[in-house]
Amino acid sequence: MKLSGKIEEKVFKVLMVIATYSILAILALIIYTIFAKGIKALSWEILTQVPKGGYYYGKGGGILNAILGSLSLAFGATFLAFIVGLPVALYINVFLIRWKKLIIFIRFILDLVWGIPSIVYGAFGFSMMILLGLQTSLLAGMLTVTLFILPIMIRSMDEILRTVPIGLSEAAYSLGSNKSELAFKIFTRQTVSGIITAILLSFGRAIGDAASVLFTAGYTDNLPNSLMEPVATLPLSIFFQLSSPVPAVQDRAYASALVLTLIILIVSLFSRGLGKRYHKTKINF
Amino acid sequence: MYLLNRIQRHRVNYTWMIVSLLLVASLPFLLFLGLYLKSFLLIHDYHLGDLLFSKVWKPGSGKFGFYPFIVGSIWVTLLAMLISAPICLLTAIYVTQYTRKRFLRIMHPAIDILAGIPSVVYGVWGILVIVPFISCFVGPLFGVQTLGYSILAAALVLSVMIIPFILNILIEVFRTIPVELKEASLSLGATQWQTVKIVLIKKALPGIIAAFGFGLARAFGETMAVLMVVGNVVKLPKSVFDPGYTLPALIANNYGEMLSIPRYESALMFAALILLAVSLFFNLVMHFFIDRYNKFSA
Repeated sequence: MKLSGKIEEKVFKVLMVIATYSILAILALIIYTIFAKGIKALSWEILTQVPKGGYYYGKGGGILNAILGSLSLAFGATFLAFIVGLPVALYINVFLIRWKKLIIFIRFILDLVWGIPSIVYGAFGFSMMILLGLQTSLLAGMLTVTLFILPIMIRSMDEILRTVPIGLSEAAYSLGSNKSELAFKIFTRQTVSGIITAILLSFGRAIGDAASVLFTAGYTDNLPNSLMEPVATLPLSIFFQLSSPVPAVQDRAYASALVLTLIILIVSLFSRGLGKRYHKTKINF
Repeated sequence: MYLLNRIQRHRVNYTWMIVSLLLVASLPFLLFLGLYLKSFLLIHDYHLGDLLFSKVWKPGSGKFGFYPFIVGSIWVTLLAMLISAPICLLTAIYVTQYTRKRFLRIMHPAIDILAGIPSVVYGVWGILVIVPFISCFVGPLFGVQTLGYSILAAALVLSVMIIPFILNILIEVFRTIPVELKEASLSLGATQWQTVKIVLIKKALPGIIAAFGFGLARAFGETMAVLMVVGNVVKLPKSVFDPGYTLPALIANNYGEMLSIPRYESALMFAALILLAVSLFFNLVMHFFIDRYNKFSA
């Protein structure tokens, strides 16, 4: 082997190590920046109060409206997406299991829909909202976010459901079960952990996305109290506070970003932890 | 115990499944149709070529030229890809070929967290770190005066955001390459690096292209983080230190006033339609590549 080849290998190996560790370093830098900036402005007041008069000029108050708004919107959207998503994922894996081509086509459509940017959903949701005569409201935001997380929910459930061995289906059929019983009673129990992971993943997406709720959910300083009224969301609250020229308000934006990041981190920790816990109900082959 | 008997329950469940499936499967067509109808007003009144390639954006006097936004989007996207593609490729090769399996167990959560961080938080990070970094360090280094809110800032933030998407696909691609192929190459006397360079990359090429394509589509539609750092100036950028404007940022910034000016709403929906078309097109093409890749490796 020539010397130049050896040098090339050395150089590329160094580059690879740099690339890999730079990704880890950037992640650490992001987390550090958000924590260091956010922790200073974070206080009990911010977490437990709604904006008072003059909040956006630096007066007192907090972002409770946005925290509760985001949580209710994300819960609602995740719930709706679950109601529509679970049957689709089950249908693909129980009823269509023999139509391989059709399954491939449906998965392909789902992947296409997954790739559509959330701002497009926002624009679409907005035009639907006007068509139906709705105002910017919790309901409109929830429906838009549902559409946005639906493909994520279905595809992640689908990935788990397709690992269920065929022997389990055969055993259920031989005991006299019909297809929907097989789907809802056996498949769901076998894959509880994966389904929970899918739900939490979708929840994380739902709570973090701003572009799809920008048009549809509106913004308000009040706590969410009705489906038909506008609702504040954390990402938008960060965005609005950050565009203020007052430093005190900007600091609160950093604190809000920390709150949002913490929620996301907790959700992702949960999905890792819960995944392990529910292995009990699983039958191992 | 139950309200309905078994057969009735089966029917209810079955209907529920079919209705949901139809809803989901019709989603891309619904989106396309809805946005097309909404932007019809604009497409009907103007030449498509004028809309896409005119440089004048004055909604107040009825001039809708999307060219600056399209160019801005392309600059930001390509630059982001240029930064993140080599990093992802090198990392994917390193993690799958040069390290133990245990290292992947550290990498996977890191990638998951990177993918999970909301784009607004990336935007905040961009404003706090990237923008000052460019205005105080990179700009002076090249002798350019810049505020930091620029194409380059958007591209840097974006390149971090798409790393998890590309990296996940690349790791999967490299892992599915049969190990016999590698062993054959090594047993013929090739070094590890020669094997990677000549055998693995060649074999994985369709998958690599697909991964980059998905990343590109993802980057093209990214809204909030880019909006926060790109500067939002309607002008054709001359260098990467100039501020720019992207299509998603255009939609997000102007939703408030769009109902007051005639055809403005239509114009923004047209922008969304462009984004949708680009996203669908890229995903379609890349699926073709992935299919070819799967056929080869099977």
